[in-house]
Amino acid sequence: MARLTEENVRLAQEIISRYPRPRSAMIPLLHLAQEQDGYVTEDAMAHIAGLVGASPAEVYGTASFYEMFKFHPVGRYVINICGTMSCALAGAEDLMHHAEEKLGVRMGGTTDDGLITLERAECQAACTEAPCLQTNYRYSFRVTAESFDTLVDDLRAGRLADEIPPHGTVARVRQHIPADKGAGVHAPEDVKSAPAWLDGKAAL
Amino acid sequence: MSAGGTNSFAPGFYEGDRPRIVTSRFGLEDSHTLARFVATGGYEGLRRALGRPAGEVHDEVRSATVLGRGGAGFPAGTKWGLTPQEVWPRYLVVNGDESEPGTYKDRLLMERDPHQLIEGCLIACYAAGLSQCFLYIRGEMALAQERVATALNDAYAAGYVGRNILGSGFSVDIVLHWGAGAYVVGEETALIESLEGNRGMPRLKPPYFPAAIGLYGQPTIVNNVETLANLPWLMVNGAEAYTAIGTPTSPGTRMVAVSGHVKRPGVYEIVNGTTTFRDLLFGEEFCGGMRDGRTLKAFVPGGGSAPWFLPDQLDLPFEASQVGPAGSMLGSGAVMVMDDTTDIPRAALTLTRFYAHESCGKCTPCREGGTWLERILSRIVDGKGTDADLDQLMEVGQSICPGAFPHASSERLGINATPFPYRMNTICFVGPSAFAPVHSALTLFREEFDARVTRRIHIPVSAVGAAQ
Repeated sequence: MARLTEENVRLAQEIISRYPRPRSAMIPLLHLAQEQDGYVTEDAMAHIAGLVGASPAEVYGTASFYEMFKFHPVGRYVINICGTMSCALAGAEDLMHHAEEKLGVRMGGTTDDGLITLERAECQAACTEAPCLQTNYRYSFRVTAESFDTLVDDLRAGRLADEIPPHGTVARVRQHIPADKGAGVHAPEDVKSAPAWLDGKAAL
Repeated sequence: MSAGGTNSFAPGFYEGDRPRIVTSRFGLEDSHTLARFVATGGYEGLRRALGRPAGEVHDEVRSATVLGRGGAGFPAGTKWGLTPQEVWPRYLVVNGDESEPGTYKDRLLMERDPHQLIEGCLIACYAAGLSQCFLYIRGEMALAQERVATALNDAYAAGYVGRNILGSGFSVDIVLHWGAGAYVVGEETALIESLEGNRGMPRLKPPYFPAAIGLYGQPTIVNNVETLANLPWLMVNGAEAYTAIGTPTSPGTRMVAVSGHVKRPGVYEIVNGTTTFRDLLFGEEFCGGMRDGRTLKAFVPGGGSAPWFLPDQLDLPFEASQVGPAGSMLGSGAVMVMDDTTDIPRAALTLTRFYAHESCGKCTPCREGGTWLERILSRIVDGKGTDADLDQLMEVGQSICPGAFPHASSERLGINATPFPYRMNTICFVGPSAFAPVHSALTLFREEFDARVTRRIHIPVSAVGAAQ
């Protein structure tokens, strides 16, 4: 599919500028690509390689280590149901079976209309609100068969479009460091001495 | 969807009438905003710190013995002092990649009070001479990323972060970084690899102790979110007030998430060192006892990696020097509770599957062993195991962790505890963590496995011959 758009290249360059080494921006840039296309395309990885000074193989090598990156189209909404201990103790297995029946797909599958991909996930850090799930990384707590059905119906009817962005978008807020406010980024080899405030005198 | 907790905006969190160091704003709906933060004493700790020489601030943190809250419990002030002399620049990497099963406190700290974390980062950078801070948030935590991004943007605009902070001449950038889903990245050297744009595989220690050779090969301090969140309060109230809470070896408070079969699962800020597991599980101000009038069967005291405890260990306090000899660890502040309805082999499988799945593949004992443990346990749970499988589980575990593996004592079984820690054949703790639930379950609840496997009766060949 696509290389990064002009606007995303600008964003990518802003992200890269915050790190002493461009390669550190690799994961944030892969997220940017996934936000653009819904999954990470080969063209985008080649483009990112050029931006951070790595080979396309190195970009794919990094990307393929991380669960969140998809290399083929997935649903507009990816539902991750947690199956680790606290959720399992609260009936996550039953919920997964119910979800498979409700959506008519197995874990890892996408509904025929391309709207929902169902996945089994590991601990999502909401263990007291078990069983929990995330839809594009937005939580639902203490999920029951009924509340799962409501969630799916709401997704299909477009009622959650404002709350849950399409797959690929994680945070909807980006960090921005204004040029006149930043402390400045330096490559490690350009820094030779201790920071000025460490001279024993109080800073204020 | 319904959710527990004191209020709708912090599901899972309960306030309680106890000293609160890091959760003091959680009861306020707009606790994540700069206005509310400043109105409730926010950035005062930073101001106090900047009014003193950096070395003095470091000494204050050292004398407060702020234990690391990520799992290992190493004191932050000591950690900051481990960097080699005169090697610059040095970096701060904040570990917000919280993924340990059962654990969630860092997520709440980032969502509910992001400025408190930012203030803590600034104090650490000032005290230890760290030139740039990278705040690594777990990829799946969308709200935490949004809240921290907003907080950073507001803090930059107001002059709390960046160039010439509060007009003091102290300048440091905090860069929001976010992951993409990999448990092992919570290990500090893997976190650094990931931050350098690589696959998140742990580095070998030695030589790669982050304080000596960390990010870009430079001295790097890796601190947990909760650890840093303690610093603003400490700067305002002083080490003496901090150590007045808790015990000398475990001062202050800590956040603990209790999940599973209790009446009121939740996240609580508890007094460190003195609060016992019995207080936490059965106290009315905490979890209020077991749900549905059931009885306690076992609990995991310190996140999915920790060997399990029995009701025998309920009176132990949150004190590493007592929990270690009793056969487990406090880890990341997560207690998972199992009542008498729990199918123990199946419960162990949910954890072992997690660690097998999350193995990065660098060390053979973990890559192969974790998967074997999962497969063998799966077939036992499915009723297809044999008694030989039980020995096989222990043998595979021995290849990951040779020698005696820690476990709890049991009056019922008449066994004594084997103390923590274990020996390990792997670089990091993922491999041993795959074995911990298997070992605990099999040692403490052998009968549940025996009842499930097919017993093979061994008939010697000579016996067949003799019968003729």
